[in-house]
Amino acid sequence: MGMLEIKGIHKDFGEGEVLKGVDLSVNKGDVIAILGPSGSGKTTLLRCMNFLEAADGGTMRFDGEEFTFGHVKKKDIARLRKKTAFVFQNYNLFLNKTALQNVTEGLTVARKMPKAEAAAIGHKMLDKVGLSDRYDYYPHQLSGGQQQRVAIARAIATEPEIIYFDEPTSALDPELTGEVLEVMRQLAADGMTMLVVTHELGFAKTVSNKVIFMEGGAVVEEGTAEEIFGNPKQERTRAFLRLETKDDGVGKEQ
Amino acid sequence: MLFYGIFCCSPPFYPENIDRKVTDMSERTLHILTDSFWKILVPGLKVTLPLTAVAFAMALVIAIFVALIQFANVKVLKQIARVYIWIIRGTPLIVQLYLVFYGISGLGYLINPFVCAAFVLAVNEGAYCAETMRAALEAVPAGQMEAGYCAGMKYHQIIRRIVLPQAMRTAFPPLSNSLLSMMKDTSLVASITVAEMFMAAQRIVARTYEPLLVYTEVALMYLVFSTVLTWLQHLGEKRLNRYRGVKKAAVR
Repeated sequence: MGMLEIKGIHKDFGEGEVLKGVDLSVNKGDVIAILGPSGSGKTTLLRCMNFLEAADGGTMRFDGEEFTFGHVKKKDIARLRKKTAFVFQNYNLFLNKTALQNVTEGLTVARKMPKAEAAAIGHKMLDKVGLSDRYDYYPHQLSGGQQQRVAIARAIATEPEIIYFDEPTSALDPELTGEVLEVMRQLAADGMTMLVVTHELGFAKTVSNKVIFMEGGAVVEEGTAEEIFGNPKQERTRAFLRLETKDDGVGKEQ
Repeated sequence: MLFYGIFCCSPPFYPENIDRKVTDMSERTLHILTDSFWKILVPGLKVTLPLTAVAFAMALVIAIFVALIQFANVKVLKQIARVYIWIIRGTPLIVQLYLVFYGISGLGYLINPFVCAAFVLAVNEGAYCAETMRAALEAVPAGQMEAGYCAGMKYHQIIRRIVLPQAMRTAFPPLSNSLLSMMKDTSLVASITVAEMFMAAQRIVARTYEPLLVYTEVALMYLVFSTVLTWLQHLGEKRLNRYRGVKKAAVR
């Protein structure tokens, strides 16, 4: 049993099921990459796991506590969210806060940490993502890559048990994805548990210890990176990887 | 001064008296102007501006409250908020002033006209500003709320620290508009016996019978007040812009 188990999660936005009973098991220290074509439900899965969308059915076991989707109390949601962090595709930095304030907000406001202590952590986290010269910059003064690195600093500042990454590099120019992936690579090396929805096959291949391929709201195939990339069993997976690698090749050449 | 000479020459016009008449008129004009200047400015500073400040401050509190109720979708209160906005925006301010002031007086209760004016102006402007605030709140990207939740913050914390400050920045120019228009609307409260700037002007006109001169003077006074407020708006915007890159298109 892992630290986080999802069983039979369902979600329907009213136009057909987006998630058709997905199971997922995460162990401490896992770096799991979720791959799949657009509309396969991978982002919805991530958002449901952090209650940004209300799943219609299924269960979640987190840290030994059992929850049934659709019947989770607000208080429990708030408590669970304090153990997790979320990195968004479009960063979602607090626009009226500086880089440092973005990192400390969750500490001082949500966790009642004294300001000085939070600031020290904030500095440390921003240093870690290579932004020691950008403490007092507002989001609009930062590049996309820098904003996403602030978002990662904000995510790790609260020492979460797991970080959800929702296509963290999809909004970035190819030349800026590298700096974000490098930070994520470092996090993985530090033993952070990560669940990453991504199109970066290179990252999935080299960093993740488990790869999940989703399509049409269901898991088509899962296994280690070697298994999925080296010897995919499902034809769908093979077709997807062929296509993506080709696209990737073109993208990387530029 | 010049237009007074042109417009206020009263017939019959005797060429032989022209020098003396012009001198007399200039003296009288000057006297009325200097005399009325203070008589208009003092109520402006002592009544018009404080009334504007007090009423607008209350209007803002009402507006934020009413807008947040709608933003947060609070069940019954939301309906009440809509009815409030519907009624206030659907009736003239002067009618509201009369209704409350003469209505309450008519019931036999003594009511302070200044307090009444401040109350009616606040409730009136509050409805308009509530719509401004609601639009501004809705313009804050949903991701800000989500990021707040994911950082472990509670709804009211996210609203107070993240969403409201950003909405205030968006709402600032239209709210400044409302402030200006309310400052000018305080002239209506003369009709419920508040001795503000416009009433002072009316009194001087009644005594001197120089409407063109005195009303022009009071108009200029309002213009000066508006100019100061506009200048304050620019200062405020400049300060608020620190966290918002105002991007202008590089091409036309």
